[in-house]
Amino acid sequence: MSQSVVGAFAPQPVSIPAIPVREIMPWAIFAGLLMLLALYFVGAEQGATSLIQGHTVHEFVHDGRHLLGFPCH
Amino acid sequence: MIRILLLRGMLAGVVAGLFVFALARWIGEPQVERAIAFETSMDQAKGEAPEPEIVSRSVQRSLGLLTATVVDGTALGGIFALVFAFAYGRLPITSPRSLSILLAGLGFVTCTVVPALKYPASPPSVGNPETIGIRTAAFFLLLAISVAVMVIAAQIERRIHNRLGTWNALLVVAVFFVVVVTIAAHFLPNFDEVPAGFPATLMWKFRVAALEMQVLLWAALGFFFGWLAEKAVSRSENAYR
Repeated sequence: MSQSVVGAFAPQPVSIPAIPVREIMPWAIFAGLLMLLALYFVGAEQGATSLIQGHTVHEFVHDGRHLLGFPCH
Repeated sequence: MIRILLLRGMLAGVVAGLFVFALARWIGEPQVERAIAFETSMDQAKGEAPEPEIVSRSVQRSLGLLTATVVDGTALGGIFALVFAFAYGRLPITSPRSLSILLAGLGFVTCTVVPALKYPASPPSVGNPETIGIRTAAFFLLLAISVAVMVIAAQIERRIHNRLGTWNALLVVAVFFVVVVTIAAHFLPNFDEVPAGFPATLMWKFRVAALEMQVLLWAALGFFFGWLAEKAVSRSENAYR
């Protein structure tokens, strides 16, 4: 059985065009990093590590950090 | 296309975050208040001075909680949209809504269930402040392992899909994911830092509330983003015709 025949019997052939990786990459890197930074400030800043002095960020998001399941203190 | 998907992912995340805030206020905050009351009574019994309030409780439970849930939802929504943009056309699911819901389900298992089974959400007064560094590191390490194993599992599924068929291929990679993640979790450190006398019912209610918030977050994200993505995709298809 040739490759093309195997391909023809594949379940649900994919007909929609995928977005090329090189088009996704710049967005994934810049937006992805920004999103991870936002998650860091909600989830971990002034807990295990601190970029900003003090406890204000930690105390401000305190309840959310506990309820969203991040280690808080 | 990707810019539109990213913005819609973040929009879906904002909406999901608002839902989560409402649920957290309803079922989460009463448990947080009870846990703080326990902590205060323990401090008083030991004769320690109460911790100074940097941010008042009323701000923590309103604006602070709202900020945390909405930022969490928005950031997760953005990352979710990027994953969707990559998966669309690469997985054998052509309906944007079905794909969005599938990805939300996988995201829930990978990013919430796996870390939470080993390191569940903990109310105030549970957890030793001295171990916060190692606990945070272990939590995010398990999260990273879970994501990595899920990505590998998806790659394996693509390779064996045609040879084994959908059912068997999915079963094989599901077993692969569960076994690898369980072994990894086994070798990560355990923490048993519940203070003596902490009410078991309070712990149970707090953790159920935290889990329900995550179910709502991922469900809202999956369904709402799926709806938005379907409109975006059908509009871009019409533009080519």
